[in-house]
Amino acid sequence: MPIISISKLSKTYKSGFTALSNIDLAIERGEIFALLGPNGAGKSTLINIVCGIVTPSSGTVMVDGHDIAADYRAARRAIGLVPQELTTDAFETVLNTVSFSRGLFGLQPDPGHIEKILRALSLWDKRDSRLMTLSGGMKRRVLIAKALSHEPRVLFLDEPTAGVDVELRQDMWGLVRDLRQQGVTVILTTHYIEEAEEMADRIGVIRRGQIILVEEKAALMRKLGRKQLTLQLQAPITEIPPELSDYGLVLAGDGRELVYTYDTRAERTGITGLLTGLAAAGIRFNDLHTEQSSLEDIFVGLVREGEARA
Amino acid sequence: MTTGTSATMNMNWPAVRAIYRFEMGRFWRTAGQSILAPVISTTLYFVVFGAAIGSRVSAVDDVPYGLFIVPGLIMLSLLTQSISNASFGIYFPRFAGTIYEILSAPISPLEVVLGFVGAAASKSILIGLIILATSALFVPLRIDHPIWMVGILLLTAVTFSLFGFVIGLWADGFEKLQLVPLLVVTPLTFLGGSFYAINMLPPFWHAVSLVNPVVYLISAFRWAFFGKADVSIAISLGMTALFLVICLGLVTYIFRTGYRLKS
Repeated sequence: MPIISISKLSKTYKSGFTALSNIDLAIERGEIFALLGPNGAGKSTLINIVCGIVTPSSGTVMVDGHDIAADYRAARRAIGLVPQELTTDAFETVLNTVSFSRGLFGLQPDPGHIEKILRALSLWDKRDSRLMTLSGGMKRRVLIAKALSHEPRVLFLDEPTAGVDVELRQDMWGLVRDLRQQGVTVILTTHYIEEAEEMADRIGVIRRGQIILVEEKAALMRKLGRKQLTLQLQAPITEIPPELSDYGLVLAGDGRELVYTYDTRAERTGITGLLTGLAAAGIRFNDLHTEQSSLEDIFVGLVREGEARA
Repeated sequence: MTTGTSATMNMNWPAVRAIYRFEMGRFWRTAGQSILAPVISTTLYFVVFGAAIGSRVSAVDDVPYGLFIVPGLIMLSLLTQSISNASFGIYFPRFAGTIYEILSAPISPLEVVLGFVGAAASKSILIGLIILATSALFVPLRIDHPIWMVGILLLTAVTFSLFGFVIGLWADGFEKLQLVPLLVVTPLTFLGGSFYAINMLPPFWHAVSLVNPVVYLISAFRWAFFGKADVSIAISLGMTALFLVICLGLVTYIFRTGYRLKS
């Protein structure tokens, strides 16, 4: 059974803006799911509905078998949320604010658990510091500590590494992997494609309030990935011979490189024909390499494709 | 927090305690200011009304004027502190964005109200007791009905903390947060017989005063001290209870509709 089941979920705000339209989505237990989408696509609205912050217009959401409306207490106990904005109570100390969060979720104080979380997030030395004295990165860690204080089974990370430095980003990725090891399901929204590429097991793409694709990351890369073959020429050329015009070659590197883009899904990639054609045209090369298109390329392609259809 | 109910689940007391302690923490963080301010203002009231003016005013209903103003002074602070504490308590998380944590926690509306209103009422009662203790330095205190005094203190603190909670949810800026306490409650308290008995007023203004709900609170509180009231104690308590019910109704409506809390 999926840990989160979303069925026919829609949200239309009072202004008339439809943020989500008939969403169906299942998140599997223990996976890292990345939700990608441009600004205003509905990522945060979707998360906020599951967490109880926004009221849905229609549809149902089950978290670990509990309906978020009818059995909201059990559903919410399972969830930890790290919001996008750095919203903290400026005058509170780190220890107090994390302990407060644990209490909100109905758990008795557990100083040992809080200490463990703060140490894991390198916050233990700052436990008595007021939040207003912390850097942006440290505040982000505090928000994660608050979300983990009640030992959630599902963790939502809404743009977790927005505005944080490279070191902290690496730390967070490590933390997310550790959480997954402990059986926590992680759902993250991100603008950083490399983040999804690095961490996610599955990827969902949302656009204009609709899920346009959900796929295993590796399968997505395989299925939609395009590859580029770059040939390093022995001697530069000024133009592509007309007999090779069908291959859509691009001349690069001041005429010293020929770039051929092909589809890995196609029955024939055309590489053999290209190489034969090059030999016939007297073009020799001394090196070659291939490059898989990144998730970012795939994402941009999907969104553009959707916009063109709309 | 949700607009629905889950009757089968037990109360989330750790959450109530967490909110209560968090809010009280804010009070203790500024304890010097929280305690010193009412002590200073009470002292000033006694200097101005007790010594300077009170020495020229004869006893009111056989109660020396300095002693007569004690219930009014306490009520003045109790009302304004209850409203400002509760309204700030719920408005600040909305303003700072930390309200997300309350909204996404397994807390019922009742538990949220208990935490915030309980803390706001506790703070204002503490301040009321500080004013009472400060008053004892200036006049020999007399409390004819101490249990009623405590009961009315509690009822008023809770009622006006609920009212403040409603204001804190309604306000969409710090100006609005101050609007009702400054422009409505304080004038009503001053004109509600804090420093005089309303039967000292000419008949017309006496009749007008009876429209002021604060008159009933001060009258009931003064009755608890001196056994004498401007209006019947039953009517006073009835009016206060009515206001409590109205505030409860407003809070229930807000949580049911998600007004200013959820989109």
